[in-house]
Formats: sequence, structure tokens, C-alpha cells
Amino acid sequence: MPTVELGLLDYAILIIYVAFVVGIGFALRRYMKSSSDFLTSGRSIPAWVTGLAFISANLGALELVGMAASGAKYGIATSHFYWVGAIPAMIFLAVFMMPFYYGSKARSVPEYLKMRFDERVRALNSIAFAVMTVFASGISMNALAKLLNQLLGWNYHVALWICSAVVLVYVLKGGLTSAIYTEVLQFFMIVLGFAPVVYLGLRDVGGWGAMNHSLQGVAQDPAAYNLGTKAYSADAWTSAWKPLLGGPSANPMGVDWFAMVFGLGFVLSFGYWCTNFLVVQRAMAAKNMSAARRTPLIAAVPKMIFPILVIVPGMIAVALTSLPDKSYRIPPPILSEQVYANGVQAVKTASIADPASAVKAVTAAMGKKMSPQRVEALVKDAGKLSDLQIKQRLYDAIAEYDYDGVILSLVKKYCPTGLLGLALTALLASFMSGMAGNVTAFNTVWTYDLYQAYMAPNKSDQHYFWMGQAVTVVGILLSIACAYFSRMYNNAMDIIQLVFSFVNAPLFATFLLGMFWSRTTGTGAFLGLIGGIGTSALVHGLTVAEGKGGWLGHQVYSFPSTMAQNFWLASFAFTVCFVLTLVISLATARTKTDEELKGLVYSLTPKLKDDEKEWYLRPAVVGTVLLFCCVVLNVIFR
Amino acid sequence: MGLDLRWPIGLMFSLIGALLVLYGLITNSNSDLYARSLGLNVNLVWGLVLLVFGGMMLFLAWRDAKKAAEEQTASKSESAEKLTARR
Repeated sequence: MPTVELGLLDYAILIIYVAFVVGIGFALRRYMKSSSDFLTSGRSIPAWVTGLAFISANLGALELVGMAASGAKYGIATSHFYWVGAIPAMIFLAVFMMPFYYGSKARSVPEYLKMRFDERVRALNSIAFAVMTVFASGISMNALAKLLNQLLGWNYHVALWICSAVVLVYVLKGGLTSAIYTEVLQFFMIVLGFAPVVYLGLRDVGGWGAMNHSLQGVAQDPAAYNLGTKAYSADAWTSAWKPLLGGPSANPMGVDWFAMVFGLGFVLSFGYWCTNFLVVQRAMAAKNMSAARRTPLIAAVPKMIFPILVIVPGMIAVALTSLPDKSYRIPPPILSEQVYANGVQAVKTASIADPASAVKAVTAAMGKKMSPQRVEALVKDAGKLSDLQIKQRLYDAIAEYDYDGVILSLVKKYCPTGLLGLALTALLASFMSGMAGNVTAFNTVWTYDLYQAYMAPNKSDQHYFWMGQAVTVVGILLSIACAYFSRMYNNAMDIIQLVFSFVNAPLFATFLLGMFWSRTTGTGAFLGLIGGIGTSALVHGLTVAEGKGGWLGHQVYSFPSTMAQNFWLASFAFTVCFVLTLVISLATARTKTDEELKGLVYSLTPKLKDDEKEWYLRPAVVGTVLLFCCVVLNVIFR
Repeated sequence: MGLDLRWPIGLMFSLIGALLVLYGLITNSNSDLYARSLGLNVNLVWGLVLLVFGGMMLFLAWRDAKKAAEEQTASKSESAEKLTARR
């Protein structure tokens, strides 16, 4: 609907940014000589660079858009995804797991699994990972292109293809190094581009205290602002822990504290941060062991502060919506022109004499919840209005929100030409960093773990170098195809994502046992994983939450929210995988000797000595300090 | 890798910062434009922030490059001295 006009300066900023990321790719081209230069950066990058890239690869457009949406839906409790669901796992990765990833000289996470277990585990992990990255990239691309189209009036296809082309050029020229370098540039772009928007938003709602005051009003009566049907206690949006401890019915997430701490904080969080090659790859590209271990720790610092940048905008949007004099509301769902045309037709043909049935007819034509007063007024005025004006009034009368539009709507509200260009460039930067992260992880896993391992072993390094480049092009084209696929078949995409959540849920149990118990066998790990994946599917099939799940026909339990279902599902999958791996390992014979497992398992690897270094370079010390800061943050915002 | 990342970061933000400052100065009297940003000339203010950030990055990169160059010449003259001493 109402789109913004970009000025010359806005385009100039955008073009400068694109010129620099592409320039970095070309500047790095001369260093790309072998497959390892291209796919693993030849292990040559300083820690501050890999650290910021680590966090930037995670900070894709979906993260930015989604976290602002969650900030609006759940308030400050969204910070659990950071202070519970990320920081502890990142510290664990740095202190305990990085020595094995980096020390084993594995080029990827699946390759580590092959060294530790066997080919079966590697094949399962690498195939699932390769397919998942392509889909994740496609889903994110579709979401952003759609937002840019609806809120800025940009052409969907042009936005999609141009962004992909830029990523393709710099990844193809400079490989992983180029992706990592540009991710750092993008990190600063995202922070510096959104900070002023957050500042202006906070200032507009009257500061932190006034915002919380508004949110307390919303929490007690969300229905008044179309923000939900259920009322909560006043602190539901402004306290992170108190509503959680009150049980699933006392917080808008509908989650209990155990599922939050164990399901998200342990199983899902460690499963993502400690085993997902997308982020781990950044640390593996560091120039030495010490830099590799510092990578997640350096990343943890901005991650801890990010809620200000990504969650607070959502809270600002809700506070603004509750203040009538600000004339702002969270944007309504994106509807097609056809729906609006039907709506306009319904308004024109509705009879003024019978307001109730007029409202009903218009609501049916729009397919969304509509404000009856506004529709009634619109039907009365319809004779004097043009089609375009009716369309605008219909848009205003929609009484539902599309929370994903929060961040862009704030950018539109507060940014004059100039700052607008900067904020939009920041959004595109997040889009590109997420995509480049996926593509570089995909091409490495494809080339080393699938192509070299199963299709064409014993070829020359130049051949794999060539394959790495070729598959970069293929990966981007596949992502674009997935973007179009998810645009057309939204439901199919939901199912695919669901299947991946089954596959990922138990993963950390395998790594935990593999790294810290030398008795774990390949058969145990493989069957444990299969069992865990089966368990998550089973739990999902037997339980229901917000109408999701229960597809096995027999409903055993009903969760208060899909988030709770997701956390519990992961908890069950982890436990089953853990127990199965343990039992089967004890029942099967070991296939790898202690000597073979040296450098891969904790108890069989000589401890790293880092006593002589300065304290701020010792991972254990820094990790403890960061953990303490994280606890303090949780206490402050309890 | 041979490229110090602080150069491109510093250059890019200095350039964007300079553009924003310039635009902010030109449009300083245009209160309509800044009604959105609550009457604050954000282009000028934030442009200055970007300039400072970019400048800092450039300074750090320049300082280290200088240091590295000095060390290189120092080690070169050292090895040259050794060579003459051997002769």
C-alpha cells in the first residue's frame, strides 16, 4: 500500500555499499589459488574478523525481521533467544568444542563426524545440512523480496535477482574469505543502520520508562489494540522471567520455564550454535587455535547487546500502536491486488440500509478480520470515493497485523531521505550476509563431504576448486528456485521446515556423547540419531498446538503454543537420541581405537595449555566473565 | 590474507558519513524533511558518527600498516648489516 519514495542520496548509499562488497570480492580474487583457499579460507583470518562474521552469518534478514516480530508479540521475553538460547552455547563451543573441530583439521562439521564415527553419520548429516541450507536461504530470500515489494514497491523479481547476483559475484571471486570479510562490513552496516531508528522510536514513545508503561497497559487488555484476545498481568511484555515462572498461561509465548531452559536453552541452542556448520565454519577459518576459540567469544559480546537493536523495535511498535495520538499501527497482512479489487467491489455493492450484512460481505471479500465501525463508515462514504480511496480505507480497516512488517514500518516512519538509504542498505546487508553464509557452507559441504567423498574421490585439487566455484553458482540458483517455490507453495515449505526441525532436534546428543565419551560407537550414533528424528516426528504427530501437529490422528496432548510444542519436541528427541546412542554403543563393539580418536574425544586429547597468556586471551576466563554478564542481564530484566 | 579489512570498512563509512553530513548541511533549514525524525537533523548527526567511526578504522589500519612497513625496513637493514658484517 503506501510506499516510500527513495531519494537520489538513498540510492547513492545503496550503490556505494554494493560497490564495496563487490570490490572486496575482486580484491581477494588473487589469493584464491586452491580449493582450500576458496572453501576454507586456508585458515588465515584474524579472530576479530571471524568473530564478527560468526554473528553476522546468523544475523540474516529473517532473524532481523523475525526478532522484531517476536518483540512485538512477546515483548522482552524474546531476549531468551539471546541470553538463554545463544550465549551459554557459544561459550561452550569456544571453551570445550572448538579444540576438536579445529584441532582435528576437519574441513567441515560432517567431516568431523566421519573422523569420529563413520561414513553413515557423515552422509546423514551432510545431506540434511546441504538441503536445509538451500531451503533456509530460499525462504529468507522470498520473505525479504516480498517485504520490499509490499512496503517499498520494489519489483519482487528484480529485488531477488539483483541481491543474488551481488552475492554470487563476491562469493565466486573471493570464496569464503570474501563472504567472511563482507559479513564484517555487513555487521557494522546493520548496527549503524538500525541504531538511529531504535533511538528515534524510543524517543518518540517517550523513552524506556514510558514505553514500558504503555506496554503494561497493552498487557492487561491486548484485545483493545487487536493484539490478542487474552489479558495478562501488567508485566507480561516488560519482564522476561516473572511471566514465564507463572506458567504457560501467564505469558504470551505460552511456554513453561522448563521447556524454555531445557528445550531452548540446552537442546535447541547447543544444537544450533555448536553443530551448525554455517556458524562453526567461521570459527574454523580462523588463523590458529587460539583465534578459533576466541571467535565465538568475540561474537558473544554483540549477540548479548543485540536485543536492543532487534527486539526493542517490536516493543516500540506495540507501544506506538497503543498510543492513539501517534497514528501508527503495526502493518496489516499483505494482501494481493485481487483481494483488494474484490473488497472494493463488495463495498460498492453493499447496501447502506443494512450495515450488519454490509460488514459481513466486505469481511468475507477481504478474508481478514475487519473493524466493523470502519467498514460501516466506508460503506456510507463509498459513493463519494474513488476506487483508490476505497482501497486505502479498506487497508486501514483491516484489524489484523503482519508482525513481520514491524521493522520496515518503523524505518518508513522515522527515516528521512539519507538515513532511509542507510537503514534499507542495512536490511539488504542482513539479507546478503545470511545468504552468503548459507552459500559458502553449502559449497564446502557439497564439495568435500558429498562430491569428493562419494562421487569423485582422488581428483586433483584444481578439480575440487573448480567444483567449489561451480556449485556456488548452482547453490545460488537453487536458493532462487526455493524462493519461488516458497512463494507459490507456502504450505509445502512449512512442511519441509518441519521435517528439518525433526532432523536437527536430537543432533546435539550425538556430538555431546561423541566428543566426551570415547566408548560411543558409529552404530550407536547413527541409530541414536535415527531414533531421535523418529521421536520428534512422533511427538509432533501425537500432539496438537494452535491447530498444528496431531497428524497421526491420535491426539495425546495439547500444547498451549507451537513454541512450547517445539521446545518439548526437541527435549524428547534429545533424550531419546542420548539414551539410544548410549545403550547401543555399550552393546556394539568399538571400531576406532584410542589412538584413532586422539584429537577427536575430550578424554583422549592432551589438554591445551593457555596459562601463560594474558587473561583476556584465555577462553575459559573470558567465557566465565561473559556468562556472568549474561546472568546479570537476565536478573536486570527479570 | 593480505587485505586489511579496516581499509574498506573505514573508506565506506567515511564516504557515506561525508555524504550524509553534506546533505544534512544543505537541508538543515528544511523542517518538513525532518518532521519524520522528530525535528532532529539525523542526517547531520548520524553522518558525523559514521565519519568518526570510519576515520577511526582508517587510522587504525594506517597505524598498523606503518608499523609493519617500519618493521620490514628494520629487518631488511638488519639483514643487510649482517651481510656486510659477514663479508
